[in-house]
Amino acid sequence: MIENTRFASRSELVGIAALALLLVVVLPLTLDVFRLNLVGKYLTYAFVALGLVLCWGYGGILSLGQGVFFGLGGYCMAMFLKLEASSPENTKIQSTPGIPDFMDWNQITELPLFWQPFHSLTFTIAAIILVPGVFAFIIGAAMFKRRVGGTYFAIITQAIAAILTILIVGQQGYTGGINGMTDLRTLKGWDIRPDHAKVVLYFVCVACLFGCIFVAQLIRHSKLGRILVAMRDKEDRVRFSGYSVANFKIFAFCVAAVFAAIGGAMFALQVGFMSPSFVGIVPSIEMVIYAAVGGRLSILGAVYGTLLVNFAKTSFSESFPELWLFGLGGLFIAVVLAFPNGVAGLWSDYVQPRLVRLVTPRKAGWSAPNAVAEGAPAE
Amino acid sequence: MSLSDGPISDTRRRLLMGMAILPFAGLLPRTAYAAAPPTSAVNTTGLAVTDTEVTVGILHSATGTMAISETGSIQAEKLAIEQINAAGGVLGRKIKFIQEDGASDWPTFAEKAKKLLVNDKVASIMGCWTSASRKAVLPVVEQYNGMLYYPTFYEGLEQSKNVIYTGQEATQQILAGINWITKEKGAKSFYFIGSDYIWPRTSNKIARKHIENFLKLKVVGEEYFPLGHTQFNSVINKIKLTKPDVIFTDVVGGSNVAFYKQLKAAGIDLSKQALLTISVTEDEIDGIGGENIAGAYACMKYFQSLKNENNVKFVDAFHKMWGEKTVIGDVTQAAYLGPWLWKLTVEKAGSFDVDKIAAASAGVEFPGAPEGYVRIHPNHHLWSKTRVGRARTDGQFDVLFETADLVEPDPFPKGYQ
Repeated sequence: MIENTRFASRSELVGIAALALLLVVVLPLTLDVFRLNLVGKYLTYAFVALGLVLCWGYGGILSLGQGVFFGLGGYCMAMFLKLEASSPENTKIQSTPGIPDFMDWNQITELPLFWQPFHSLTFTIAAIILVPGVFAFIIGAAMFKRRVGGTYFAIITQAIAAILTILIVGQQGYTGGINGMTDLRTLKGWDIRPDHAKVVLYFVCVACLFGCIFVAQLIRHSKLGRILVAMRDKEDRVRFSGYSVANFKIFAFCVAAVFAAIGGAMFALQVGFMSPSFVGIVPSIEMVIYAAVGGRLSILGAVYGTLLVNFAKTSFSESFPELWLFGLGGLFIAVVLAFPNGVAGLWSDYVQPRLVRLVTPRKAGWSAPNAVAEGAPAE
Repeated sequence: MSLSDGPISDTRRRLLMGMAILPFAGLLPRTAYAAAPPTSAVNTTGLAVTDTEVTVGILHSATGTMAISETGSIQAEKLAIEQINAAGGVLGRKIKFIQEDGASDWPTFAEKAKKLLVNDKVASIMGCWTSASRKAVLPVVEQYNGMLYYPTFYEGLEQSKNVIYTGQEATQQILAGINWITKEKGAKSFYFIGSDYIWPRTSNKIARKHIENFLKLKVVGEEYFPLGHTQFNSVINKIKLTKPDVIFTDVVGGSNVAFYKQLKAAGIDLSKQALLTISVTEDEIDGIGGENIAGAYACMKYFQSLKNENNVKFVDAFHKMWGEKTVIGDVTQAAYLGPWLWKLTVEKAGSFDVDKIAAASAGVEFPGAPEGYVRIHPNHHLWSKTRVGRARTDGQFDVLFETADLVEPDPFPKGYQ
């Protein structure tokens, strides 16, 4: 790597521009609002995959509990939206008007204390970042300071995902239980349900995603990013060089958590819905699969991987409602067996060398850039 | 409306011409009478209706934990659609269905419902099963003005222009059953055991108010367990200590298997200890095993063993289409009502338009229902009977009691909230 100080190499800039072209121009022009909204929903998972590329692909910290942070972000947003949807006029049919409907069904007659601040949008936005960030810090500090890592850390994150799901489902009076928080309607009086709102939210989501990609690129190309890679490959050498390994790990984990939370908040906004089915073990593992399919070393690959898997999921399940899970399973097995570096690896191993040869025939001997540095479109 | 001469004379001219043609009408071939009304007249909102076909959606879980319960509903809806098509379809159009998989995942249900309404423009959706999936789909059908036929017995506290609830709401399912078992067993005390989510909690709330305020009896215990829970020994010990006259359960899904097996293993004999469940149908007994639950009472609106003529035909047709071994539970029958009620409502409204169907639904009658005559109430629930059956070892129920009249649906019961 030559350009150490810049946030992206030239080929990465091309990749980012291509992704921007796809998400900002091509998809909105070719898809109807319903499909575009679906893409918007998929992109919210891309935030999680992006975080996983940083903390798993670069930092070597495999977290199987990213759904926790996706859920925390999503629930913070959903609580704000639910409060707004539960104005006394909207809920006059209830025994206690003015509180969310699921509280009324559970014989709660007063808005609980921890719900109160979610009347404020500023507080909510702060909470979306801070709640998962602080939570990740506590987990990270507790684990990494004690040098718990690898498989043990992955298992503990799974346990946390399971615990949070049980907590949400069990406390249905305060959280909506297994039903989740449904029927979210407006954001500061602006209806989030009609088609034009969906389009606006899609672009907001894309903008946030590029913000996160930018931050991820900055981290990767900084000294910090190189320490993360060094730590992944030889943790002890980094420690003996005088770096505090635990602090770097905590940092990567927190960044991944905040990314996931932003994704969760965007999810609640676009889908108008939040439920514990995004918090548990299964969705958390699914999110790891997105990153794996995209290529866990590629920041842009994470986005493509997420889109690819979810497109496959939707189209398989539309065409073969009874058999689609087998098709999806087959896809994963194929990816793991045939392309361990995911879509991004496929691109940098097969497609890009040919492109390079095609564009610069005279420099035929020039070797393809390192797979780590690449992450460009698969199609 | 203007009363100028032009339009009137125009109308009169057409009227006269029409009258002149009338005598010849008898000469037309018979099929001309059955000819479908033009699509432009019966479909003004751009639904997927052509001159020969109308498309509806089926939205259940074909995969995931709920598939075992929802498969019966899918089968029943397909059977009903096939029978309606064999009988000439709806307004002269054959029903085509698009099946989507909710995958036991509530947000997927919402996504697929939206796809059916926005992309496929289906004229109605037969679907959902759990309350959670309905709650997820409800905002979607309301926003895009779809029509959902929802088959499961549920907790009530809901009413929508865009939903027809073909199952029972909580008061319809519970009250008559509790009255019956109180009289039959001289019961004084009840013990509630349920899964921990909205339906059991609301049902038990209604049951408790009824028992305490109206019957002036006692509830001696109320316990909830997470979905999928399999350790019931502690509550079984409490039951042995408190000796309630009736155990009232709304445990759902796989937990049932563990619960009834452990109950039997603990020596509680259901032929002596009365147990009334509102969550076990023939489908669940398939998993529990008839020998583990024989003797328990279940409170439903339909049992496969009902002897009436409609049901005999229905069970026959169901077995022919899906195999002799399939059992038919309460919800499966309710799902079968969906396509039929929709067809009857469309024909009453003379249109596929959702607004017209929603308005025409009240009062639609279906005398051919396997459970017997049903009618749609203005609150979009069904008038139906409550029945109590006693489980046999072969997995079927002996029907011991049914209400004399149809029970009025009351999704927002006064005095029970």
